[in-house]
Amino acid sequence: MNPFSYVRPNSLKAAIDAMARDHSARFIAGGTNLLDLMKNGVTLPEKLIDINQLPLREIRQDGNTLHIGALVLNSDLAAHELVKTQHPLLSEALLAGASQQLRNMATVGGNMMQRTRCTYFYDTSMPCNKRQPNSGCGAIGGINRMHAIFGASDNCIAVHPSDMCVALAALDATVLVAGPKGERRIPFTDFHRLPGNTPQLDNNLAKNELITAVEIPPHPFTKHICYLKVRDRASYAFALVSVAVAMDISDNVIRNIRIAMGGVAHKPWRLPDAEKALTGKAPTSDNFRLAATIATQGAKTYAHNGFKKDLAFNSIQTALLKAATA
Amino acid sequence: MKKPQTGQPMDRVDGRLKVTGGAKYFADHQPADMQFAALVCSTISCGAIASISTTKALRAPGVADVVSHLNAPPVPGYKKTNPGDKNGLQIFRDNRIYSNGQPVAIVVANTMERAVYAASLVEVQYNQETHYTNMEAGMDKAFQNNRMKDYSRGEINAWQKAPVTHSAQYTIPLEVHNPMELAGIIAHWTSPDTLTLYAKTQGVKSVQETIQELFEIPEQNITVHSRFVGGAFGMALRVWPLEIATILAAKKIRKPVKLVITREQMFTLVGYRPNSSQKISMGATADGKLTGITHEAVAITSPYEDFTEGIVAMTKFMYDCPNVNTRYQLVPLNMSTPIWMRGPGEATGSFALESAIDELSYKLKIDPLQLRILNHADTDPERNLPFSSKYLKEAYQIGAEKIGWSSRNPAPRSMQENGMLVGYGMSSGTFGAYRGKATVSAILKSDGTLTLQSAAADIGPGTATAMVQIAADVTGISPDKITFMLGESTFPYAPEQGGSATVSTVGSAVSDVCHALLKELANLAISQVPAFKQTTPELIIYEDGQLITADRQTKITHEALLQQQKLPEVKVTATSQGGEERKKYSMYSFSVHFAKVHVHPATGVVRIQHIVSVADAGAIVNTKTARSQMIGGVVGGIGMALTEEAILDHRFGRFVNNNYADYHVPVNADTPPTDVYFVNKKDPYINPMGSKGLGEIALIGFAAAVSNAVFHATGIRVRDLPITPDKLLHIVSTENATA
Ligand SMILES: Cc1cc2nc3c(=O)[nH]c(=O)nc-3n(C[C@H](O)[C@H](O)[C@H](O)COP(=O)(O)OP(=O)(O)OC[C@H]3O[C@@H](n4cnc5c(N)ncnc54)[C@H](O)[C@@H]3O)c2cc1C
Ligand code: SF4
Repeated sequence: MNPFSYVRPNSLKAAIDAMARDHSARFIAGGTNLLDLMKNGVTLPEKLIDINQLPLREIRQDGNTLHIGALVLNSDLAAHELVKTQHPLLSEALLAGASQQLRNMATVGGNMMQRTRCTYFYDTSMPCNKRQPNSGCGAIGGINRMHAIFGASDNCIAVHPSDMCVALAALDATVLVAGPKGERRIPFTDFHRLPGNTPQLDNNLAKNELITAVEIPPHPFTKHICYLKVRDRASYAFALVSVAVAMDISDNVIRNIRIAMGGVAHKPWRLPDAEKALTGKAPTSDNFRLAATIATQGAKTYAHNGFKKDLAFNSIQTALLKAATA
Repeated sequence: MKKPQTGQPMDRVDGRLKVTGGAKYFADHQPADMQFAALVCSTISCGAIASISTTKALRAPGVADVVSHLNAPPVPGYKKTNPGDKNGLQIFRDNRIYSNGQPVAIVVANTMERAVYAASLVEVQYNQETHYTNMEAGMDKAFQNNRMKDYSRGEINAWQKAPVTHSAQYTIPLEVHNPMELAGIIAHWTSPDTLTLYAKTQGVKSVQETIQELFEIPEQNITVHSRFVGGAFGMALRVWPLEIATILAAKKIRKPVKLVITREQMFTLVGYRPNSSQKISMGATADGKLTGITHEAVAITSPYEDFTEGIVAMTKFMYDCPNVNTRYQLVPLNMSTPIWMRGPGEATGSFALESAIDELSYKLKIDPLQLRILNHADTDPERNLPFSSKYLKEAYQIGAEKIGWSSRNPAPRSMQENGMLVGYGMSSGTFGAYRGKATVSAILKSDGTLTLQSAAADIGPGTATAMVQIAADVTGISPDKITFMLGESTFPYAPEQGGSATVSTVGSAVSDVCHALLKELANLAISQVPAFKQTTPELIIYEDGQLITADRQTKITHEALLQQQKLPEVKVTATSQGGEERKKYSMYSFSVHFAKVHVHPATGVVRIQHIVSVADAGAIVNTKTARSQMIGGVVGGIGMALTEEAILDHRFGRFVNNNYADYHVPVNADTPPTDVYFVNKKDPYINPMGSKGLGEIALIGFAAAVSNAVFHATGIRVRDLPITPDKLLHIVSTENATA
């Protein structure tokens, strides 16, 4: 960790101004990811802007839309009555993440902004294009059991590690951000990026912008939902593969469905083709199998993550079945 | 006769201190003017240091010094050896790099943060050479160490002639002890030849001895404190280079220096369970009598030391088999030296042996438990001696009953429950029941309290508690008046806490010294107290801190006896060790593990549902701490079976999961209800308590019970630990997706 200065602004404007003045500065919320990055020498900010004083801790219903402040803690969000009853998929996904202790510190904004867990990214004595552009990708020829099977590039095959974001992608959430030029809204599925030629960029937030909130529009998914997370140990492990499913079934017909996956791509991975294939169909094993086949087409695997394609195929079906029978 | 204290579930005597923060671990000590250290470690795996630039680091705030091979004070003991011989890693002796993560410099500053920051500013240039960290690729370099020669009885490879045979390869990855408490030390030179150490160690005396050999200062000038240890599992069984580096830094700057290493460094600086590959071949008659076993093991070691352990030990005596041959080879790699990790080699070996027995049982169509009983060794076939005690069959029976073995459908993949595949598996474990040499002092004060002192350690099992119970039984003094002190090099000798031998070794010395103390008190009473004149020490009754005549007519308390004689205290010291019995009997503890697992048919996720572990460990001194020991071993076994694997990228020779997030030790959610049972029958020969060891057998064999259960659940045999979901996935039929 390098020496750094520390400020704690009281207003949004002050926070954004503080960032504008110092390019190596970082916002700090719960610190559960940023501190590790600093200790490992991956991120070396000369200034930390502590945003915990900002008024971004509210969860409220705006009409039919749920408004979640960026500083809401993961554990508070998971336990919130409106979330448990109206957006149970989000609650399940949150509770599948990290550990109780981490969720007690982690914020919504920080969760979205957390960096990949790719080990080469964290070890400064190994190559990594994301940490140091053009140094090479350690994972492609190295250990890549945890890495992406969709949407990767020859520059980076890292995955986004969040569980919460998978649910938010499935629920068509919107990200609210504020910057020097004012506020803007980004559809959640457009927030994170694929690596392409610029793996150093995880998302489309500009350096001097701050996430202020996430909004979830109204949806009918309160009953037939499932967040399935397959991992190496029962808790406190990142997903090998996770699947978020939300569907609306009436008269044995799937009226509306959302499917997203975690642990498979550089961003939460929505499955629009599989969704399309199931819309208007009966919730049967055969249809689910077809959807899983569609969803896993085009998967590209590497030396150690070949299993992820099969695991995704099986997990999608399992999650669909579980949601349908919930 | 009062109820004995041993065998009771007495609370830990230091439990309150531990849970209230009152226990001082090594890093909690703060000698005046203490400085803080951080290590700079090699990022290459083989070669030499070309240069070290410390300019920036030395200019950073608060930095006192950067010590490396270029400027470290000499270690006199190095001269006794030649560089390049297998001397272990002689830190800062020269510029050679043998493995990734090897310390190349130690930075000292006036705060920890400053030391860590300055360490990041040290610039090291290397001349890199080709390194080897891959065991499979290095098999051509395999060699045999003299400690571990080939073994055979009967005919070599006799299994090949058997009507029913099984032969397979089993691999176990590198595992890291990863106790919560990080390694480190505080070193304080109070004069140029007087050294005080606050250490994390399983043996203060062996630290003292090592330091004495290296620094050539009188033994009594080296004081080692280690009263509390936050877990070790074997990693604190020796002095490591990181500790020598700290001692050298303290010597150079002439101030006390504290080093606590990082979690990442725990993977490269304090040993590990070496990864291994074992081939087991066995043959049996059609009715299940073993006729031959061949066990060939290969494991890794460092370039500068041959680390060996009991990988093939169990195979030699566990089953009544006329023909057995074993071979154990090492592959030297650019890695640091391994060290015993709980269960050590036997845990590794038992996975192969007990998986193979299970596999053979399916070929024979004999229940795996039955097959073990059929081949039970009533006497030790390796040494041709009777066992001092062996209640393995009883343990099998208890375990089978408690897990409900009889309701198991023997066919693989035949049982289901709530959409999960259900499997039951079992295995056995064994470990030598040792008794070493130890000395204990007993100090009885005129206030009636008894203090016992010995340089023993407690890495968690509850040593002092057990010792108090043993002393209470011998002396008849109430446990709350007895204190057992350990972890000080100034106390009388005790060996390291390892090999499950502390209760046996130190407990025997406690028993002996307490008997000696009673004799001393008796003689005092006989010579000084009229009512006792006519009696002998043997006839006196010792109860509740009193001496009582055989007719129960006269009593005198310890307090009164000492006060009458104006004695502030009576001190007795006794040394104890085993005798001829070890030549007449084979002494082993045994364990039996049963596991019930669920395997998700679509994702391959294994969740253990129920565990029954049974130990034949002689008389149990404390049923509560012993149960905790067993559960701890089982949790370690769950890690070995399902989650733990330190992964190297061989291109760099660096670990890629060297942290708690990515190296998966089991969490609570992985740990199902665990029922622990003890046969709890005295071993008549091993020691006065009749207690055999427990710490290792808690883990030994466990991984095989799980993999056997997984096979039973799925029909898939995983011979390559840990059993992660991906290894079961290819078997999963996708039609079988269930909610
Ligand atoms: C051991 C471990 C296991 C974990 N397991 C899981 C898991 O299984 N599933 C899972 O989903 N997550 C997991 N996590 C990650 C955890 O969810 C994140 O660390 C956490 O959500 C980050 O939130 P934070 O508030 O602590 O962020 P911080 O560490 O404070 O910040 C992280 C990043 O976000 C930026 N940032 C924070 N807030 C804002 C904002 N409002 N606007 C713009 N930028 C912002 C910071 O500048 C920083 O770059 C794990 C973490 C650890 C350490
Ligand atoms: S996958 Fe991405 S994050 Fe990982 S090493 Fe390659 S470039 Fe770096």
